[in-house]
Amino acid sequence: MATVLIYAEHKDGKIKKATHELLAEAARSGAEPVAFIAGQGVEGLAKDLGAMGAKRVIVAAGDAVKFYSNEAYGKLFVDAVKSVNPAIILMSSSAQGKDLAPRVAAMLGVGLASDCTKVKIEGDKLKCSRPIYAGKALADVEFTGPAPQFATVRANALSIGPVQDGASPAVTSLPLDTGALKTAVKDVVRGASAKLDVTEANIVVSGGRAMKNSENFALLEKLSAIQHLAGMRTSKVIVAINKDPEAPIFQLADYGIVGDLFEVVPLLTEEFKKVLGEH
Amino acid sequence: MNIFVLIKQVPATETKIKINATATGIDTTGIKWIMSPYDEFAVEEALRVKEKNAGSTVTVVSAGPQRVAETIRTALAMGCDNAIWVETPEEIDSFQAAKALAGVLKKETKPDLVFTGKQAIDDDCAQVSQLVATFSEMPYVTVALSAEYGAGTVTVKREVEGGTTEIISMPTPCLIAAQKGMNEPRFASLPNIMKAKKKEIKQYKMADVGVTDGDRKIKLVNLQLPPAKQAGKKISGDAATQAKELVRALHEEAKIV
Repeated sequence: MATVLIYAEHKDGKIKKATHELLAEAARSGAEPVAFIAGQGVEGLAKDLGAMGAKRVIVAAGDAVKFYSNEAYGKLFVDAVKSVNPAIILMSSSAQGKDLAPRVAAMLGVGLASDCTKVKIEGDKLKCSRPIYAGKALADVEFTGPAPQFATVRANALSIGPVQDGASPAVTSLPLDTGALKTAVKDVVRGASAKLDVTEANIVVSGGRAMKNSENFALLEKLSAIQHLAGMRTSKVIVAINKDPEAPIFQLADYGIVGDLFEVVPLLTEEFKKVLGEH
Repeated sequence: MNIFVLIKQVPATETKIKINATATGIDTTGIKWIMSPYDEFAVEEALRVKEKNAGSTVTVVSAGPQRVAETIRTALAMGCDNAIWVETPEEIDSFQAAKALAGVLKKETKPDLVFTGKQAIDDDCAQVSQLVATFSEMPYVTVALSAEYGAGTVTVKREVEGGTTEIISMPTPCLIAAQKGMNEPRFASLPNIMKAKKKEIKQYKMADVGVTDGDRKIKLVNLQLPPAKQAGKKISGDAATQAKELVRALHEEAKIV
């Protein structure tokens, strides 16, 4: 059975949905999912990873890894790779995954398929596709180097699986042997508006130039994502509101409203309130 | 300070992408080539550090086929002092490109600072910065919003998701991968464009910088244009009707609210 090593991410004491998606895909494929998790006080999250499908969890916990750094986390993750000897490695295409995965690939001397929107594990092989040219084309990735096969996967590209409460994965503690570190994380400044992480959100409202100015974003009362067309490939349902009936976004949208957002959005807000009030 | 900036030539943002006959790349006929936009921030940052530190030099390095010389000259016209080109075939992967660029850094006078763009906008791999730094045993920060340069150290503000930023300090030599908005890249002046045409570009072959065909770790195959999505449902009527119908559809058909 192929072993799939998954780099688990957590925020505010919870495993991220994107990590759950990776574990679910590994479990669905019949491989042995193994999770790696690092951070301060993360020991208790091992059982959550088990519930999401991990058969084994490698924990690197302690004050020395309170903050993410590519240097420390990279060294520890490579230690985990060496102890597990996986056929496949998966990370989320998150801020951490994007920063860290190429470093790990360089340390292991293996290829990396980054930012994949389609991933399937077949035995000990990884079948993946990724958007290129900002999503204007798609390509399959062929690994020509040595194993493990390694990919970062965009959030929402895979579906999550069932949660099995009470699962008890085998937990191994990894020694925090990071060696001498050059980089120091001085501070992590959380967004002042306590915004939800866009990759974790169930519903994203994004606005483009039609919003005219930044104050008008208050109208959306939700998150805005910049490169919105490029980022929509893994969205499940897209709604577009645009005055221009020929706007390219209508090609991508499941529901389109030709109209003035300044008129339609407040009405929508009211309608949503009605529907959500029913629950 | 000895500063390097690593750039990539890419098709212009508005290029209409056509797939080549073997579906392993794009049809490059008639394409207008530009410096990858994130690299412009890297070049600008390198030039600003140089201007604040008398006696510094900025060397621009790029790997690619013959045509990249044109983009190297754009960087020279912006104000870079020296230029290096590593000649490669049309299709190489991130691993080979990074090994070539790290190979150049190793051959040249030891850098203090290396700048890159956070990703190139063609293959969107966002790997080369981290690979080069790791191969060169240099610390790095990606998605840099701003940087302060001290004596032998750099403190960088890095963007992560959810509006969060990380403040990271590292000693030189180090690598900084620029995010959009790190600065306002300058335009080259006409006299500088003329001067840049006469500057020498130092050339290396892949073998000179230790890269082999065996260093290729991935291939992109079976390129295709994204499947045309079935036309969505246009909701008609006045604004109030549209709003009502959309919320009904999202609730009852799509079941997402």
